[in-house]
Amino acid sequence: MSKIHVTTTVNGDEVEFLCDSRETLLDVLRDRLNLTGAKEGCGTGDCGACSVEVDGRLVCSCLMLGAEAEGKSIATVEGIAEGEELHPLQKKFIEYAALQCGICTPGILVAAKNLLERNPDPTETEVRYWLAGNLCRCTGYDKIIRAVMDTAKDMREAS
Amino acid sequence: MKYHKPQDFDEASRLAAGAKGATRFLAGGTDVLVQMRADVFTPDEIIDLKHIPGVKDITRRADGGWTIGIAVSGAEMSEHADLHAEWPGLVEAMDLIGSTQVQGRATLVGNLCNASPAADSVPAMIAAGVTVTVTGPNGSREVAVEDIPTGPGKTALARGELISAVNIPARGDHGGDAYERFIPRTEMDIAVVGVGINLRLDGDTVTEARVGLGAVAPTALLVQEAADAIIGTTLDDAALDKLAAATSAACKPINDKRGTVEFRTHVAGVLARRVALTAYKRAKG
Repeated sequence: MSKIHVTTTVNGDEVEFLCDSRETLLDVLRDRLNLTGAKEGCGTGDCGACSVEVDGRLVCSCLMLGAEAEGKSIATVEGIAEGEELHPLQKKFIEYAALQCGICTPGILVAAKNLLERNPDPTETEVRYWLAGNLCRCTGYDKIIRAVMDTAKDMREAS
Repeated sequence: MKYHKPQDFDEASRLAAGAKGATRFLAGGTDVLVQMRADVFTPDEIIDLKHIPGVKDITRRADGGWTIGIAVSGAEMSEHADLHAEWPGLVEAMDLIGSTQVQGRATLVGNLCNASPAADSVPAMIAAGVTVTVTGPNGSREVAVEDIPTGPGKTALARGELISAVNIPARGDHGGDAYERFIPRTEMDIAVVGVGINLRLDGDTVTEARVGLGAVAPTALLVQEAADAIIGTTLDDAALDKLAAATSAACKPINDKRGTVEFRTHVAGVLARRVALTAYKRAKG
């Protein structure tokens, strides 16, 4: 079967790849572009571990075909830090120990960053609903929510 | 699997009509990709509709109504201030589906054509009087939303036919709509019962009403008896009792892990009351 040629932008860089029609964007990111930050938890859009932004919109990369990425702008967890300088959310997750096994963490960072860009001053309820599609089986969520709320506060004060 | 990118709906229709194997149309993909992953359905041809001009547009028509492109996501509907203000019940019903991530892709037409009896947007669309434009080998026709699903996972669409637009009527004056569902959790769940009501007032009196009912029959239902129970009333307690009774009477639910027949039938009436009162308050402005 002939492969599909796709040109897209990932974390600001133009990227070309060949993929099978059945491959998801998550398969492409991990197996063709070696961007293994997005994780496969369920593969059916329930867990959010594969969250990425497509044209600024938060989506599950397991629920999108690689072929659909043509001409899109994709942002993954690998693009969150500026070189060696971690994003405020990443620093705060370390400070709060808002992770244990870490499988859900990339998806939660991408989702939380997307929220704070839309709403710099979310309520705790808004954060909890926004992240309802990001499952974490380790932390009980409390440290994650507090880390996001505190990052939002720091970022508001810094701006 | 062949991946197609038609440039208009006629081409999409021709591709589907001429396909040799199993075919799926792709817009948001939040059901199609799950079915592919679970090996529930393995398409030989997938027809991505997102390269057709206008499919991501929310457009005000000359008659005051709205045309929603078939690839407009739930998040895009929720962020559209005018649409949300005029049709809060419909927009909020769509917004109840799935997570933030799913909202980034999921569409009204996908929710309708997946034909789950529990689809949240469908009772709300039925209540609002939404129609869809169906394009096929013999041209296009307009079909009421309640006439699309024919059973769980089944639609009235023939081979080569697809939905090419969603048409929301003009809001008009003194109207309001609302949708609520019952789920055992607060988020990320499938409706055990869902009720959408849209009504119009003249002063305090209900002059028009439509009641859509979901998750309690093989398809979402338009319940005329429930609408008749409140038309001509001021939504007093007697009218609400009749509404609840008529809504419960229309239920033909199944027993499953999410709710029993008795529970679903009772809750349908309870929700109808609440939803009618919310729609009434919104219609009062």
